[in-house]
Amino acid sequence: MRKSGGLFLYALAYLAFLYVPVLVLPIFSFNDSQFIAFPLSGFTLRWYEGLAADTAMQHALGNSLKVGVATALLSTLLGLLAAKAVTHYRLRAAGGMLGFISLPLFIPDIVLGISLLLLLGTVGLPLSLAAVVLGHMLVCVPFALTVLIARFEGFDKNLEEASADLGEDGWMTFWRVTFPLMLPGIVASLLLTFITSFDEFLVAYFLSGTEATLPIYIWGQLRFPYRLPMVLALGAIILTVSVALVVLAEYVRNLGVKKPMVGA
Amino acid sequence: MTFLTITQVRKSFGGPPVVDNVSLEVPRGEFFALLGPSGCGKTTLLRMIAGFETPDSGTIAIEGEVMNTVPPYRRPTNMVFQSYAIFPHLNVFDNIAYGLRKLKLPKEMLRARIEAMLATVRLEGLSDRAADQLSGGQRQRVALARALVREPKILLLDEPLGALDKRLREAMQVELRALQRKVGITFVLVTHDQEEALSLSDRIAVMEGGKILQVASPRELYERPNCRAVADFIGEINFFHATVKEIGSDAATVNAGLLGLITLPRANLASGIKQDDHILLAIRPEHIGFAPQGVSGEITASTFLGDRSHFHVRIAGRSEAVAVSGTPPCAGPVHLAFPPHHLMGLPLAD
Repeated sequence: MRKSGGLFLYALAYLAFLYVPVLVLPIFSFNDSQFIAFPLSGFTLRWYEGLAADTAMQHALGNSLKVGVATALLSTLLGLLAAKAVTHYRLRAAGGMLGFISLPLFIPDIVLGISLLLLLGTVGLPLSLAAVVLGHMLVCVPFALTVLIARFEGFDKNLEEASADLGEDGWMTFWRVTFPLMLPGIVASLLLTFITSFDEFLVAYFLSGTEATLPIYIWGQLRFPYRLPMVLALGAIILTVSVALVVLAEYVRNLGVKKPMVGA
Repeated sequence: MTFLTITQVRKSFGGPPVVDNVSLEVPRGEFFALLGPSGCGKTTLLRMIAGFETPDSGTIAIEGEVMNTVPPYRRPTNMVFQSYAIFPHLNVFDNIAYGLRKLKLPKEMLRARIEAMLATVRLEGLSDRAADQLSGGQRQRVALARALVREPKILLLDEPLGALDKRLREAMQVELRALQRKVGITFVLVTHDQEEALSLSDRIAVMEGGKILQVASPRELYERPNCRAVADFIGEINFFHATVKEIGSDAATVNAGLLGLITLPRANLASGIKQDDHILLAIRPEHIGFAPQGVSGEITASTFLGDRSHFHVRIAGRSEAVAVSGTPPCAGPVHLAFPPHHLMGLPLAD
């Protein structure tokens, strides 16, 4: 009994360590005071109202959405092609190629950011949102690949052969069999890569030039103490949406997993 | 012109040939089986008929039309996969209707056709069932229905009963045979199960190492195997070394050592056997009789099988026990009789 009581306390402390810092954000975003300190002084929505009027913030949000959507679509497309190649054909260097594609995951973002900055400068490409998209794709393709390979691996090759046998060519087989069965994986990949791009700071900071994305905008706001509560409100919104998207992605990814992917 | 003609087909996947110079002819409406151990090339041959693999050389023709370059989706064949490959995102109705899209049938006609097919494979009332709610036997029927509803010229079956348990498999064997008679479509079955091949097929090709050893009716394969490998693969059999003494017009005399001099019908010798050849005499366990006199031996093991028993009999001068099935007169020493008309002479080397 005493032993499990100790374990329980440990688990509680662990959870607190994980989530208390995150909870500070929403709590102070509703606090009616400029100063981030206890005791709380009262409930207010004025920080959220302030956000609604902040056009610079909205511009940054627009940039982040643009970058996020472009990154998600491109990374998922590239991930899809690579996952199909790796799982469907007996490629000689499949293991090595997978390693190379996943390597950017292990390169520190700050190194990645600086290298890309130098590279763009050398090639003579301007810093822009497009450059941010390219940088984010480096980070996101491995995510997309992981999600999609897992989905493809449970995929019975006989299903596509059965479709061909029943009179459908490659294109119709893709639409009638491959795509519907891959759809949960594709949606999960889109959501995860979008979130990854949307939250990413370092690479965007180096490559975005004059166009701030939302994380960069927030970073800029921290210099002005009186704007801090508004940043907290923004952070609380981003947190909620991010968690919602990740949960959604996990839910969609597991959709149809109960149904066997092999020919039932 | 034969219906399905396979001429000198060869296929390798970058190593030794998997299918080695195979030629076959299958007439329309036949239930034909490719039988052999795993890795003998039978499934590769089937997949070449379906169009999933292309022969390295040789031709595959259906009704005289060479199919080598025709993709699977334009071939008049349909396949029942070993895994059944039922589309998991579609229900039974949509699975069976999958291959009828191009016919653009009006809704009622499509429904009528699929209901009729469901009745043929005895799946009435299951058309709305989801793919993951089907039992093994039902999946097998859906796979059959999905292929047959397209009215193929040839139905290809890749170990269709392999995934079913023994009782269901036996029931499905009877049904599959009846179904083939009913629809009159040519069936080409791949199996490693000799019992399945014997009970289902009109003719069987026994394959080993990418080559066809013998093509014959089940009865002929059992009673007149043309080589040791076929005799060994189909049922149990005993071999005795012998030398051909004399070949006459109707009969041949062989010196079978332990069994003495035996005169057997000439037709029992495989073709190509000449005088003075060393051969193998083969005899099935159930053809060896217990007799008042003959080769004496001792029963070393016996297995009771209900309608009969199976024995291992040790005879002097032979290390391997002789397999015999039947009922012995009594316990103790026995005498074995080897009726000459049941002894088959096979070449020593395949």
